[in-house]
Amino acid sequence: MIRVGIVGGSGYTGGELTRLLLQHPGVRVTQVTSGRHAGKPVSSRHPNLRKVCQLDFVSAARLEPADVLFLCLPHGQAIEQIDRFAALAPRLIDLSADFRLEDPAGYPRWYGREHSRPDLLGRFVYGIPERHREAMRSATWVSSAGCNATATILALAPLYDAGLVEPQATVVEAKVGSSEGGAEFSEATHHPERAGCVRSYQPTGHRHVGEMIQELSNGQPISIHFSATAVEMVRGVLVTCHAFLRDDLDEREIWRTYRAAYGTEPFIRLVKARDGIHRLPEPKLVTGTNYCDIGFDRDPHSRRLVVVAAIDNLMKGAAGQAVQAFNLMHGFDETTGLGFPGLHPI
Amino acid sequence: MSANAVCPVCDATVPLTPDAMPSELVRCRECGSELEVVTVAPPVVREAPMEEEDWGQ
Repeated sequence: MIRVGIVGGSGYTGGELTRLLLQHPGVRVTQVTSGRHAGKPVSSRHPNLRKVCQLDFVSAARLEPADVLFLCLPHGQAIEQIDRFAALAPRLIDLSADFRLEDPAGYPRWYGREHSRPDLLGRFVYGIPERHREAMRSATWVSSAGCNATATILALAPLYDAGLVEPQATVVEAKVGSSEGGAEFSEATHHPERAGCVRSYQPTGHRHVGEMIQELSNGQPISIHFSATAVEMVRGVLVTCHAFLRDDLDEREIWRTYRAAYGTEPFIRLVKARDGIHRLPEPKLVTGTNYCDIGFDRDPHSRRLVVVAAIDNLMKGAAGQAVQAFNLMHGFDETTGLGFPGLHPI
Repeated sequence: MSANAVCPVCDATVPLTPDAMPSELVRCRECGSELEVVTVAPPVVREAPMEEEDWGQ
């Protein structure tokens, strides 16, 4: 059994990781840390784990050696303690943004600060398995991708990899659920302010754009014009990507491109039905799952191709993606512990 | 012997059963399109005509 510690386990991502790893046949969760909730049952913060998880939170100071540490700390904290974590476990999976960008210059641009450990950035494998599967098999450190970045990159990668779209012209609008904001409350999450909102909270300059460019550029200059809107939803991301085809491709050629890229992927489903009410991806249908559903529609009056992708931000956008990477790093079947197919209706 | 046709909508492989006959309707498992068997040898399908309503306009 692989001994796993979850560092910073009181947040939503930590809760999802705990849920997944407790069900994983090759894992023993040894510790879940929390600075503010040490001594309390893990189920006190994650009530869905009552009678499932018997662990109490421990303080980070009492963190013990393990085979793997999952780091679910607020952005900026993993950098500060990375040497300590590395001394405690041979493998690390960081779910924060601290090590996602390969180029140190990306941190002041997208995060407004210099990176204090640029020497370590090259050691992390970027955490989308569909992009870095082979590197993950031998990786010791993985940096999980951002949720909005995951949906956008998976939606657009086949087009950018094949050079099918105008590289500077893609516009992406994301509708996101409230759990993206984490478990800490703020004025923006106060119920009268958040309920019923359709709030353009990040029309430009979203931090995840740095990851998107890194993963989609293939060495060429590209632009991703990304906007995010908070909507009435707890979990989920829906990205609507407006890409512009270089050539006048028909839908069969687009189908072929996506099928070639994702036909054998266990967690990507091409969703483009001709009839019925669920013709394109919807976030609520992937709630609790590790799926990324991707569909598209070709504008018959222009070269605009609309690509739609849906994920659960806490699963494929965070904890599920991290467990998928863990499986690859340890030689487990990639889908182990991630078989939940979702609910319908929900 | 079964044979594979190609979906004219999404280019997916559409397997035809050994007893398939012209005019039979099959569904593409990839895009959900309803397809009509045109010929069995060679295996060819086309989009099935959509039901339409004539309101006399």
